[in-house]
Amino acid sequence: MTTSHVTPSSLSSVASARTVSQPGTALLGNGLETRGVHAWFGKKHVLSDVTLDFAAGTVTALIGPSGCGKSTFLRTLNRMHEFIPTAAMAGEVLLDGKDIYAPGIDVTKIRLRVGMVFQKPNPFPSMTIGQNVLSGLKLAQIKNSNTDDLLESCLTRAGLWNEVKDRLGEHGGALSGGQQQRLCIARSLAVEPQVLLMDEPCSALDPGSTFRIEETIADLAKTMTIVIVTHNMQQAARVSDYTAFFLSDGGPGEMIEAAPTSSIFSSPQNKRTEDYVTGRFG
Amino acid sequence: MAIELKERPTPPAPRQITTKPRLSDQVFRTVVTIGGMASLVILGLIAIFLSIKGMHILVDEKFNFITESRWEVITDETGEVIEANFGIGAMLIGTMLSATIAILVGVPISVLSALYLTFYANGKLKKVLISVIDLMAAFPSLLFGFWGFFIFMSSAEYWAKLINKYLGFIPLFDVPTPIFERSPFIAGLVLAIMIIPIVTSISREIFDQTPLDRVQAAYALGATKLSMIKAVVIPYGRGGIIGGAMLGLGRAMGETVAVYTVLNVVYQVNWQVLFGAGGNVASLILLKFGEAGPYEVDALMAAGLILFLLTLIVNATADFLINRFGGKGR
Repeated sequence: MTTSHVTPSSLSSVASARTVSQPGTALLGNGLETRGVHAWFGKKHVLSDVTLDFAAGTVTALIGPSGCGKSTFLRTLNRMHEFIPTAAMAGEVLLDGKDIYAPGIDVTKIRLRVGMVFQKPNPFPSMTIGQNVLSGLKLAQIKNSNTDDLLESCLTRAGLWNEVKDRLGEHGGALSGGQQQRLCIARSLAVEPQVLLMDEPCSALDPGSTFRIEETIADLAKTMTIVIVTHNMQQAARVSDYTAFFLSDGGPGEMIEAAPTSSIFSSPQNKRTEDYVTGRFG
Repeated sequence: MAIELKERPTPPAPRQITTKPRLSDQVFRTVVTIGGMASLVILGLIAIFLSIKGMHILVDEKFNFITESRWEVITDETGEVIEANFGIGAMLIGTMLSATIAILVGVPISVLSALYLTFYANGKLKKVLISVIDLMAAFPSLLFGFWGFFIFMSSAEYWAKLINKYLGFIPLFDVPTPIFERSPFIAGLVLAIMIIPIVTSISREIFDQTPLDRVQAAYALGATKLSMIKAVVIPYGRGGIIGGAMLGLGRAMGETVAVYTVLNVVYQVNWQVLFGAGGNVASLILLKFGEAGPYEVDALMAAGLILFLLTLIVNATADFLINRFGGKGR
């Protein structure tokens, strides 16, 4: 997409209008930290030395042009990175201060605590809407006696309850793209993650659905830590408290700058960040 | 004042939309159509051939041909047929029993090995296993029969005795006299091994195509590999597994030599799978064909026609099952 019509001042005004969410009462976990994260696919070094903190109860946007390693970085945060056969990583990812890559860690437990929403809505087509929301319980073999309440609260938090409450027995594929994506958000909420990773969750959606999901993100940030990859800088400005800018100059992707979102858009410290957020490239 | 309603203009007649394909397209279309029709024509000709040869036997014997169990031809000194009675009831039962055992044993093994190959095996081992399984598909069935008769039979007989000892109170596992050799059970096990390659290949292919985004969605929700397979892979692959199983069933029902080697052809309906009596339609044809006179050959053709129809019904059922149950997980 083109961002040339966006002036840095307009973005920063959007960003400063957003109130930084204060750690809420029911905040889950103590956030996520990375220490010197590198990533490779085969011999190709795609991400170099990212050290970044995600404070509990904040929304952090990862921005940057395609191929800068931001999605790869996101996938190192819940160990989805290692599903690509040749993938490798170095460094540490600390969840509540403990390295999630440490030997002896149960990776399925990590993914329960660090949920993920994907670029393309991917509900399970063999399951109904209700079964989709609760699928995480079944997949992770979690017992929950009060599934009706859980179902309603997850769908409500994902902003979908009113649209689907009368058709929970229908198949997930019957929903529109935006509804499917909110269904996927509801699904990831059901296992009560403390961190939610979102990989361009709105890139396949229309503006109306995008708006609904952004509202949802703002709501969710009251209780959890959110990391969102986005190509849309207005979205980064609207939803995030912090923004990290990633860039690759042909070599591995690097994190160029990370700061409160309003200052990234109003007074970027790095020339390349400024060029990107003002739409000079990318 | 009444408003005068304007008459709506009649809509125009829809235009005829035609496309004139290019010559190259037309030629290719013809070639592809010929290819597509060839199998249908060949199959149809075989069916017609079997019908022409065998129809008079079916007309003579009527329903007795599939309900009775006998195969008698009495000829005089000149070779003229005086009396003949044909009925393949026992063989039809034998065909279905041994094929069912083959499916019950072979399909689970195949699905498990396909899951192993797709999601657990890696590198060299995976490649070696895949070529071994493909090689199994090309293995002559006579060799399976020999192996079944000379090597496998003694162990299978022992298992049969065990099943009979502990589950003999179930009529299916009872035997009238303790003859456990060359039973439908053993034939079914040999057939199970023979259908493993095809069912495994088809299942593996369909498991391989499981959409990655669903697999990842499951893992991202904290799924173990087992729960991911149960929630994503099996629903997606169900139709393919059923299709593979039906192809295997077709092979098991039509198998001739291997069954001939390991199963006693006895003209007596036998439901007791552990008892050494049975035979299937194909092995009956093989057994009788060598010494049969013209009239008996026609009867064998009729038996072939019945087997043909049975296979057709099985395939139609498979199609129905795939449409009914296969679509949901896709």
